[in-house]
Amino acid sequence: MTPAAFRTPEIGEDTPELRARLHAIWATEPGWKGWFTTVDHKEIGIRYIITAFVLLALGGIEALVIRLQLAGPDLNLLTPEQYNEFFSTHGMTMIFLYASPVLSGFSNYLWPLLLGSRDMAFPRLNAFSYWVYLAAALFLYAGFLTGNGANDGWFNYVPYAERQYNPGLNQDFYALGMVLLGISTTVGAANFIVTAFKMRAPGMSINRMPILIWGTLTASVANLVVVPAVSLAFFLLWLDRQFGTSFFQTSGGGQPLLWQHLFWIFGHPWVYAIVLPAMGMASDGLPVFCRRPLVGYSLVALSTVATMILGFGVWVHHMFATGLPGLSLSFFSGASIVITVPSAVAIFAWLATIWTGRPVMTTAFLFFASMILLFVIGGVSGFMTASVPVDWQLTDTYFVVAHLHYVLVGINVFPVVGATYFWFPKMFGRMMDERLGRWNFWTMFLGFNLGFLPMHLTGLFGMPRRVWTYPAGMGWSTLNMITTIGSFVFAIGVLLFFVNVARSLRSGAKAPADPWGGPTLEWAVPSPPAPYNFTVIPTIASRHPLWEEALDESRGRSSIARGMMLDHGKETVTTTPLDAEPDRIVEMPEDSWAPFLLAAALGVLFFALLLKAWAAIALGALLVLAALVMWLWPQRRLLEREPAHG
Amino acid sequence: MSGLPLGYLTSSGERAGAIVPLTWFVLAVSVAVCVVIGGLLGLGVWRTRRHGPRVEPRAVAVERGGHGLGWIRWGLIASALPLLVTLVWTMAALGRVVGPPRRPALVLDVTPRQWWWEVRYNGDEPDGTFLTANELHIPTGRRVLVRLHGADVIHSFWVPQLSGKTDAIPGQTNLTWMQADAPGRYRGQCAEFCGLEHAKMAFEVVADMPAAFERWRRAQLQTAPPPATAAAQRGQQYFQYRCALCHAVRGTDASSFYGPDLTHLMSRRLIAAGMLPNTRGSLAGWVQSPQAAKPGALMPDQKLTGQQLNDVLAYLETLQ
Repeated sequence: MTPAAFRTPEIGEDTPELRARLHAIWATEPGWKGWFTTVDHKEIGIRYIITAFVLLALGGIEALVIRLQLAGPDLNLLTPEQYNEFFSTHGMTMIFLYASPVLSGFSNYLWPLLLGSRDMAFPRLNAFSYWVYLAAALFLYAGFLTGNGANDGWFNYVPYAERQYNPGLNQDFYALGMVLLGISTTVGAANFIVTAFKMRAPGMSINRMPILIWGTLTASVANLVVVPAVSLAFFLLWLDRQFGTSFFQTSGGGQPLLWQHLFWIFGHPWVYAIVLPAMGMASDGLPVFCRRPLVGYSLVALSTVATMILGFGVWVHHMFATGLPGLSLSFFSGASIVITVPSAVAIFAWLATIWTGRPVMTTAFLFFASMILLFVIGGVSGFMTASVPVDWQLTDTYFVVAHLHYVLVGINVFPVVGATYFWFPKMFGRMMDERLGRWNFWTMFLGFNLGFLPMHLTGLFGMPRRVWTYPAGMGWSTLNMITTIGSFVFAIGVLLFFVNVARSLRSGAKAPADPWGGPTLEWAVPSPPAPYNFTVIPTIASRHPLWEEALDESRGRSSIARGMMLDHGKETVTTTPLDAEPDRIVEMPEDSWAPFLLAAALGVLFFALLLKAWAAIALGALLVLAALVMWLWPQRRLLEREPAHG
Repeated sequence: MSGLPLGYLTSSGERAGAIVPLTWFVLAVSVAVCVVIGGLLGLGVWRTRRHGPRVEPRAVAVERGGHGLGWIRWGLIASALPLLVTLVWTMAALGRVVGPPRRPALVLDVTPRQWWWEVRYNGDEPDGTFLTANELHIPTGRRVLVRLHGADVIHSFWVPQLSGKTDAIPGQTNLTWMQADAPGRYRGQCAEFCGLEHAKMAFEVVADMPAAFERWRRAQLQTAPPPATAAAQRGQQYFQYRCALCHAVRGTDASSFYGPDLTHLMSRRLIAAGMLPNTRGSLAGWVQSPQAAKPGALMPDQKLTGQQLNDVLAYLETLQ
């Protein structure tokens, strides 16, 4: 019998019989067993999103406590140590445990649907990356809840993070937790990259990919390059602390600045990694509501990649005040000014899409459109800090706090909430409430700007960052009170969002397959989609498969209802990286305990490392090994070339 | 901009002054960009009203209304000019302020510690060198070079009115400089997170006319006089037994350098690294329980009896 990979796939129509057959092959077993073993990208994506939103809420509550402490001068709601743990945990949560995972969640859910595939390239790795993310989040929060939270900021500068100045378990929790989280990010990134290049539907050449794919792909490549730097840095820090090495300690010939280089070589590209996919969401979402294709698709795609390439060369702008020589400062200053150019491309492309389209004002549109303004505000304040001499005044003041919140809330939270309004009907088969949506938008938008626009002034008036309190008479008191009020209004807005999600899940109007009249493949399948996504693998003839009739720009038409059936087993098709010519049929793995067990074993191992309990470390290592063996154990189903399901 | 001790949209000296116009320029460009883009966005969204309020997106036909690339082209052309000006101006300003002066009138060694500032004035002869804390005096109109030494964790030296930030990092000596146009007191602040009391790690730069500065310097070189009153003498004995574990008073046996040198404590306007006015009341409060004013400070609460406290204060007040 011909191996599946080289079989000639049968072409057929989307019929109820075929659906029933595929359902039997692809559906996850109901009940708790299926819950732990599923490798369905949609299930994993939704878990990612929910977990990330829970962490967003936790990080938000931390922020509100911080804002209460800073509402007026000389307040004593928190002790300095509590304040330091709150602001560090807030940063860590938002940057590492919310901003990136929520995008991974959306991409996990959406990618195969956008690409016309039945799953991600490595479904078990996908499940594993979620479970490790969850384990890392629990690990890091175990530190915070036992009073051992990160207390040196998310950037965690040495020597303050070294044992001499920081003797508790705080930094060990943070260091090991970040190494654990790095595993999740790395395998997730590898999965995205392979998926983007191999799992596209036939005909979806690389210049037909939705911009969200470009965004997440670019971010994933960056993650693969830079996450090792930060994992290494945290591992070395742990060695310094626990085994007396001197990577960062001058007493043994180490260098504190080495930490900053390792951290920011990672940290700056990471900032782009947590905004580019969100910009992709807006680039794909806005055109739907403007009823026209995105202006300048190629330029936007290229600017996404260009931003990241330049983004590798700007990390020193976090270190302008560290006494580096003037020549290197000018290089990084120049690069940081130039990096605004590709961002400007995206801004003008979105504006042009709105102006040359016929926009319809939905809640999702409001969130995507407002992102443009917030991005510009966050962008120009970043441009100001790019100028070295100016930065010597701006850096480490609240100006930078305002800047980074415009970037991260403006270009991550706003488009993510917009994306939820946009894709919620697809995920759950129900529409979100538009009326509550308006309230949600305006409370978030006004609250955010009320809180963070005046914060620029707080910074220009010289308030330093990361202070647990401040004296009266510095000109900051009123501004801080306004920021505190604004942040509470913003929090109410986020709460309205959660309320809307909860209500719509229960009683939202039923959503059709294509509630917005969208152009891309996810709108061609039912809401919510079947476990196998596509009954037949579509063949793509343009960038906007569902808008071909309306646009009528070429004679070729995509084939959605007729295509490869691939019903001999849990199968999908891979295509060539650039042109997306059909390459071979691949058999996808069944649901498996291995990802969950491996992640759990890693959790045990890392807790054992934290406590330096050698017996437990040995046990953890054995468990990891056992789970790996289980994962890699040859399975007849994946090797045998007979159809697995008859 | 009075009333903003740490504001930097104005300046009081050559180095900070070279940056102020550039700061205003990039600020103006930024505000202008936000207004223009915000306006274009607002107008663009306003146009949605042509459909009426509640139109389904599906009800509006899809069409490609022109390629729209002109927006990107003109947008980039319009962005290029301010970017170019900023780039050139940045490099020019950097050139003016980055290098330490070749012939500084004064060289200071500043060592920030958790959570105070040690300042060393160097003389040509060993007896011309002295230590002080949290209050730097400089002569007006002169360029002053500051060598920053890292001792414990990273701190950052910042006097917004005179100079931008430079970090003090263990294992390396960073150089910065400043110059003050007019006599006055300029507030400084640690600007790199350094632990529990990063918030309460301020200092003052006092610019005096050169002659007044010389007088100050000579006065600082004096050792502490022996206390005259009985209370002050008892206070000194107690000081030697207790406070001298960490503090130094030149001219006495107290010579430890874990904490600030107190030889001329009473000449400083503020105590506790810029946090409290140097009055008898706040000094008493600080000596008794620094942990109340600055929780986490490395100085422990002293819990003196009333008598002991009065004696110690009487002694400290002789340290003019």
